[in-house]
Amino acid sequence: MQFGVFTVGDVTVDPTTGREPTEHERIKAMVTIALKAEEVGLDVFATGEHHNRPFVPSSPTTMLGHIAARTERLLLSTATTLITTNDPVKIAEDYAMLQHLADGRVDLMMGRGNTGPVYPWFGQDIRNGIRLAVENYELLHRLWREDVVDWQGKFRTPLQSFTSTPRPLDDVPPFVWHGSIRSPEIAEQAAYYGDGFFANHIFWPKEHTQRMVGLYRQRFAHYGHGSPEQAIVGLGGQVFMRRNSQDAVREFRPYFDNAPVYGHGPSLEEFTRQTPLTVGSPQQVIDRTLGFREYVGDYQRQLFLLDHAGLPLKTVLEQLDLLGEEVVPVLRKEFDALRPAHVPVAPTHASLVAARDAALAGTGDAGDLAAAGAEGVR
Amino acid sequence: MTRRTLAVVSAGLSQPSSTRLLADQLAAAARDELVRRGDEVELRVVELRDHAHDVVNNLLTGFPSTELRAALDAVTGADGIVAVTPIFNASYNGLFKSFFDVVDAQALVDRPVLIGATGGTARHSLALEHAVRPMFGYLRAVVLPTSVFAAPEDWSGGTAEGALRARIDRAGRELADQVDRRPPATGPADPFALTTDFAQLLGSREG
Repeated sequence: MQFGVFTVGDVTVDPTTGREPTEHERIKAMVTIALKAEEVGLDVFATGEHHNRPFVPSSPTTMLGHIAARTERLLLSTATTLITTNDPVKIAEDYAMLQHLADGRVDLMMGRGNTGPVYPWFGQDIRNGIRLAVENYELLHRLWREDVVDWQGKFRTPLQSFTSTPRPLDDVPPFVWHGSIRSPEIAEQAAYYGDGFFANHIFWPKEHTQRMVGLYRQRFAHYGHGSPEQAIVGLGGQVFMRRNSQDAVREFRPYFDNAPVYGHGPSLEEFTRQTPLTVGSPQQVIDRTLGFREYVGDYQRQLFLLDHAGLPLKTVLEQLDLLGEEVVPVLRKEFDALRPAHVPVAPTHASLVAARDAALAGTGDAGDLAAAGAEGVR
Repeated sequence: MTRRTLAVVSAGLSQPSSTRLLADQLAAAARDELVRRGDEVELRVVELRDHAHDVVNNLLTGFPSTELRAALDAVTGADGIVAVTPIFNASYNGLFKSFFDVVDAQALVDRPVLIGATGGTARHSLALEHAVRPMFGYLRAVVLPTSVFAAPEDWSGGTAEGALRARIDRAGRELADQVDRRPPATGPADPFALTTDFAQLLGSREG
């Protein structure tokens, strides 16, 4: 089981002090959070991609490349990469380059983006969201697997005899997750390719996640990638912890009440009841998180959102300490003990290379994710 | 005998509310007519006042609370709807509009809707025609020809068999007619149902 953090990279006023960080401070804070994630023993750091204020991460591979150079072990990912408004050719090139620089410590999560005005800035239209996600990913998938691509689609100029460079590291493309909150078409897409499916699982009720993951697992099996429980599932999560749960509630409340997404709406108590948000002691976070597998099954990746709504960096780093010291070691042990042997762990570059080599040697099932995962770390 | 459900939506704010009173009378008229035709009828009353905070929260967070979900399902899963609002500033009140703003835009297609309103003076009555009817028209619901407006004089001056009573009975019959000619509702639509497969999704990009 992989554990990590994902960030949207919002620049938000700290409601307790009225202070707004500069873009520079926020960008540096994101890097500090990534380095801290590795230091406290987490596995994954994932950054969002946004092209509008109040968000800073418009250039994920620049940031992830920088973090790659300053870490040894951390897996670098996205949450999400905009498959709708980015040119799939540029995604293929950028992330293959990052994959080389990071020695394979890279995967990606595809997402559509739900901000209408962003689409026309990149020559697109939000009404084509699903169709863009389907067509662009189909091209990206080919660019990483075929040396020379002839291609014609609806949304991009045709390609003739095009080779995306550099080729993926060891000729094995980065693993891809597809993120969605409530579009069954995206669960279907992830299942079709045998890719991972990531449920946002922070701002919406668990029933959304349960339905989407259930659909993905069923279709994953339909397309012959393994049994439903062998599908590769990731979940988001949102926590705020203090040793004493009353302290956690008291400290987090002003951030909750003024948060950009749900602020000035439901109370903290209502929202923690209705969504997976957990505000309390490390033990409460452990108990709630272990409960996730009861409605999605055994899953492979858990990412937490810790650094939004104006929380100061110092507080976020304290959260990472609690996560790394008290929460994740217990979760790792418990989840691993509960997971049946035939359910794979999340694929890594090493496991995907091994699976490819086994397939070439005729000893494995080509493209079988379950086999790839079984060789993965952790 | 066919089982039918009628959702009764009232956006009245006071307690007791003349809006609720009108909604109950309209629903009873439609129910009695359906029962006369041999149906078994269940009325599901949705007092929007009880869900006021949840409606605003849904607008802000994008999802309904469990209680509001149940109310939305009662409305979108019914065979027919009685929807009554007080008239504020020459239109439906904000609570009425906000509630229907969080109903899925496809959920009321071809659903028979009987609209009614209350107001402080009869001069508000055409708000039903220029505000309430077009909103349900946008949702492609089937709005009955008769809409029912009740002014203070309808409650005080008239007799039990007065003009308001006649309009309520006519509207109730119209709702029963429309419900009667449709197969029983199958409940709220599943927003997570996969209605396509990947071959189709990929194929659609050729078009």
